[in-house]
Amino acid sequence: MTPTLQHYLFLSALLFSVGFAGAVLRRNAVLVLVGVELMLNAANLNFIAFWRYGPHPEALTGVMFAIFSIAIAAAEAAVGLALMIAIYRHRATIQVDQLQSLKG
Amino acid sequence: MLNDLSFYALAALAVAAAVAAMTLRQLIHCALCAAGAFAGLAGIYFQLGAEFVGAAQVLVYVGAVAILIIFAVLLTRGGDVQLSARRFSTHWLAGVAVSILVLGSLAVPIFKSPSLRALAPAGVSASVKNIGYELMSGCVVPLEATGLLLTAALLGSVVIAMSEKPAARPRRDVNTPRRPELEEATHP
Amino acid sequence: MNALDQVFVNLQGWLVGLAPAGLRALAAMVLIIAGLMAVFGSCFALTTVMERKALGRMQNRYGPNRVGPCGLFQPLADAVKMLIKEDVVPFSADRVVHFLAPLVLTVPIWLAFSLLPFGRNMTAVNLDAGVLVFFAIGSASELAVFMAGWSSQNKYSLIGAMRAIAQMISYEVPLVLSVVPVVMLAGALSLEQIVQAQAGYAFGFLPRWNVLTPWGMVGLGLFLTAATAESNRSPFDLPEGESEIIAGYLTEYSGFKYALFFLGEYLGLFAITGLAVTLFLGGWQAPLPWLAWLPSWFWFALKFAALMAVFIWVRGALPRLRLDQRLNFSWKFLVPLALVNILAAALWHLSRQWNPIFAAAGARWLLGLAIIFPTYVWLGRTVNPLFVPVREYSYAE
Repeated sequence: MTPTLQHYLFLSALLFSVGFAGAVLRRNAVLVLVGVELMLNAANLNFIAFWRYGPHPEALTGVMFAIFSIAIAAAEAAVGLALMIAIYRHRATIQVDQLQSLKG
Repeated sequence: MLNDLSFYALAALAVAAAVAAMTLRQLIHCALCAAGAFAGLAGIYFQLGAEFVGAAQVLVYVGAVAILIIFAVLLTRGGDVQLSARRFSTHWLAGVAVSILVLGSLAVPIFKSPSLRALAPAGVSASVKNIGYELMSGCVVPLEATGLLLTAALLGSVVIAMSEKPAARPRRDVNTPRRPELEEATHP
Repeated sequence: MNALDQVFVNLQGWLVGLAPAGLRALAAMVLIIAGLMAVFGSCFALTTVMERKALGRMQNRYGPNRVGPCGLFQPLADAVKMLIKEDVVPFSADRVVHFLAPLVLTVPIWLAFSLLPFGRNMTAVNLDAGVLVFFAIGSASELAVFMAGWSSQNKYSLIGAMRAIAQMISYEVPLVLSVVPVVMLAGALSLEQIVQAQAGYAFGFLPRWNVLTPWGMVGLGLFLTAATAESNRSPFDLPEGESEIIAGYLTEYSGFKYALFFLGEYLGLFAITGLAVTLFLGGWQAPLPWLAWLPSWFWFALKFAALMAVFIWVRGALPRLRLDQRLNFSWKFLVPLALVNILAAALWHLSRQWNPIFAAAGARWLLGLAIIFPTYVWLGRTVNPLFVPVREYSYAE
């Protein structure tokens, strides 16, 4: 059957919960970042789906949001991964449950 | 018909790749499956008619963010570390329960709301010309701010990840003898 | 000679008409895919033997000349050899990723071919954001290189893969920046519209191709340099230099997977050459108005062959660059030059509306060259030697 808006929103919710589960359950900080990126992607899909099926597609609001979200997510991934490399250099570990103290 | 089939195929690919990315043991496999999930989502953007966003998704996520993740995995030696906790501990159960709650709380309003059952209006497309006009007229402030943000992120990540130089040791003058008493003994 | 020009379009229309009504769309797609695979597959076969013969002549020897007339059936012999070779996979290699890597390299490039306009009305998929999708597909092939290098569980493969990825990422920036003036002046990302924007003849005989403008010449040079690096071809082929690192990320591949890697690499080269023809050389348009009776796909093929000859020539003539030399070259020379190129293109476009005496073509050329040429000389002579460490040579007395 033809996918309606509900199908796209459910797909977005599914991807969001999978990313959330990964970000909460995995111990490696890099995989937490992968989970966060999946959540951001799910939100982008939400924006594009509402743009397509919504009342004013000629206003391009959803597309603009998605474009800026992609750019910002890339910047955040770069800085986050640089932070992880720096932390690994100091602590020799990247497991989030061992990085418990703020003392440097 | 081909359009609907492509949506289901791409959706299945994206969800399977996302689940694999979050559950596999080897970190590189997780990173590659995450790249597959991003590519599947890009296909869905193409299917929705947002070609520019789909191309930007492949270019940025698959071409850059996935490679960044792989480099981070390789540089932090995460690939050798296995999952240390037992598979079905309480921590794991609590996490899965919370994520199922999240899925439920999102899915219930989606399926209950009658206005979301709409079909797509025909003839919707985001031409690059319109995106350009919109970027330069309505969204010009976010555009410039994003440029600044990306420059700051570029410089910041290079500075953070740069290895620190060891503190310079005070350089000894070569002509000063190391042990003056020996110097006198050998060269009277 | 419009019939000859549209012969492929009419042929496809007739064949699709033979199909039952419900399957027409599918039949059209299958015909286009089959056509592209046939044409570029045979192009790949021909290019391998032509390249070896051309390189041989440049090195003062004959190329392959045993199999068939002038060695033209050599690709058949190569194909048979590759197919009957044993497929060796190392014991500790990651089998799934090792198997998928050549596929991930080869499959997306067929997508790139569907965007190119091969002739009048001969674009398979006319996307609005054609140029961007093309570069997106190119950037997806870096993952395949990493998969090949890492899954072999071989130190040399991993080093080769890391070098290849560093090189490909560094040269994506000048590649995209050199295309920005073309997109800016054509006003569209769609490849059909870019070809249309290069239509017409100035003074009745000079074609308005992008390469015949100051920024277009420099842009084509930048694009071809970055394209050579993106395809891992000499003089940028350290990742697969046989004398340097065994075979880089291809070390543990044999038989048909090795052939698939080479197929993917050459197809990538064809796709980028097609894009260069479309963006800078006017696509399928004839160079002179009285030659326009020749079909449009013939002109595309001729320009394509000329650019392939340039690539083969550069491979035979120039030595290999070291990795740090290559990365310096990209970030410290090509990127600033590409940015100045964008400035020159913008001034070229704006000066058309200035004082008509000044807007004569000669004055605009001088303006463009006055911006680009000093930058080129300054970057090459002054800025870059600052970053190159001076080697101290000590000789025996």
